[in-house]
Amino acid sequence: MHPAPSVIIFTTFSGLGFGLLFFLGLGQPPVTGFVAFVFYAIAYALAVGGLLASTFHLGHPERAWKAFSQWKSSWLSREGVCAVAALIVMGLYALGAVFLQSHWSLLGWIGAILSLATVFTTSMIYTQLRTIPRWNMNLTPAVFLSFSLAGGALLSGAETLAPWLLAVAGAVQLAYWAKGDRALESSGTNLGTATGLGRRGAVRAFEPPHTGTNYLLREFVHVVGRKHAQKLRTISFILAFVLPLLLILTPVSGAVIKHIFALFAVLSHLTGVVISRWLFFAQAEHVVGLYYGKR
Amino acid sequence: MTQLPQSTDRKMGLVIDLDTCVGCHACVISCKGWNTENYGAPLSDQDAYGANPSGTFLNRVHSYEVQPAEGHAQLIHFPKSCLHCEDAPCVTVCPTGASYKRVEDGIVLVNESDCIGCGLCAWSCPYGARELDMAEGVMKKCTLCVDRIYNENLPEVDRIPSCVRTCPAGARHFGDLGDPNSDVSKLVAEREGMDLMPEMGTKPVNKYLPPRPKDKIEDQIDILAPLLAPVAEEPKGFLGWLDKTLEKL
Repeated sequence: MHPAPSVIIFTTFSGLGFGLLFFLGLGQPPVTGFVAFVFYAIAYALAVGGLLASTFHLGHPERAWKAFSQWKSSWLSREGVCAVAALIVMGLYALGAVFLQSHWSLLGWIGAILSLATVFTTSMIYTQLRTIPRWNMNLTPAVFLSFSLAGGALLSGAETLAPWLLAVAGAVQLAYWAKGDRALESSGTNLGTATGLGRRGAVRAFEPPHTGTNYLLREFVHVVGRKHAQKLRTISFILAFVLPLLLILTPVSGAVIKHIFALFAVLSHLTGVVISRWLFFAQAEHVVGLYYGKR
Repeated sequence: MTQLPQSTDRKMGLVIDLDTCVGCHACVISCKGWNTENYGAPLSDQDAYGANPSGTFLNRVHSYEVQPAEGHAQLIHFPKSCLHCEDAPCVTVCPTGASYKRVEDGIVLVNESDCIGCGLCAWSCPYGARELDMAEGVMKKCTLCVDRIYNENLPEVDRIPSCVRTCPAGARHFGDLGDPNSDVSKLVAEREGMDLMPEMGTKPVNKYLPPRPKDKIEDQIDILAPLLAPVAEEPKGFLGWLDKTLEKL
């Protein structure tokens, strides 16, 4: 799949933003007043910024409001509904925390659940696609949810939870890569089933329909970046999980140094997740590539 | 609405004969022509006369080589367009309701004024049947020439999809695949018509007729052949000497 910057920014940043909103909704950290304002500003910048980025790749962004209508069948529509609901509920909760120094915990819980539901619906947009075996796995929602929770814990300063959630997210990432590498083969789809000619012998793409490229090849067959996939996986894993774990587990004295370490942990995690998300798209093989003798 | 209908009154679709298709791409051209001049946004081209031309097509013809375990390889031309699936994933993923399957004839269409061009329906299609038009920013797909098949302004002979009307080899057939007594259904039954990627669970309406087995060349087709058979398998005389001498070198 073509790793479009808009979807990478969208899934990474809004995942992190809604992860932070989840913890804020649960009252972690229990901030009020100006500190709460800063936390909510960061969370909304990430969540809303990500959502806005996702509209950049649309052919007609001005009609995007129509996407709220088909929640009965479409995961993309459900995601839009969940995101708006989460942002409204958490906005009300934030008003209480920032201006009235009070935590309306029931509202916070609802907002937290909606925030997590938004991340889940995002993951289901990809998971539902049988055409992309590497995404059509239970581990895909696990990746999105565990990354969001780990990032949210890191950003909200949940010192005891964050290391555990980072470790879980790292383990999920490794399992996703291991299973994903076998997904296309174990799906049973190949050029033989794609053409229905597999029973007659070995099928080979002889001549493509056009000498040039087309929308399908640009969108679904992205092989350029796969060359360095293994190296990028290592870099991504170290930045997203290993380095943040080391930074937050290192015993330091003084609030300033501690916050600087936490800042670097967040930035390192974010960079690692961006690379992981790039690989999520770049390495995903769409079965339509088979028709072109590619994967 | 992007929920699929429980069932459709008819299942209009195409039957494509892989035995007969000669790979001339006439269906590709006639499809592009008709669908550029008629229903919906035109099928645009980018850099059409430049170094890197590309464009929107609703029908493309691939060519495949099949090498059986024994015997000669076979070249098979393979036209591919929307299969108007009964369980069309492209319809249910659509967030706006632009993508829909018609109850009356099962044709899968896009309402272009509702399409936001998110591309998710193209992602969900295993067959590459949908292409986002780069000029218009909306999703284009085969309409089964919905503006021809019911069009009473056209002579009756033309009330079939453009690709079917054009095919010089008679490799494309159009009809109701939901009616077991229709010509196309009989053809599918007789020739063991098949689905593409049945494991995807899309239940395509369009069927493909597999190539017929090739005629077997009998061992001996020429009555003079025995007289022309080599008299000696092993070379003798001068050639025999030459063969042996060259072997020794």
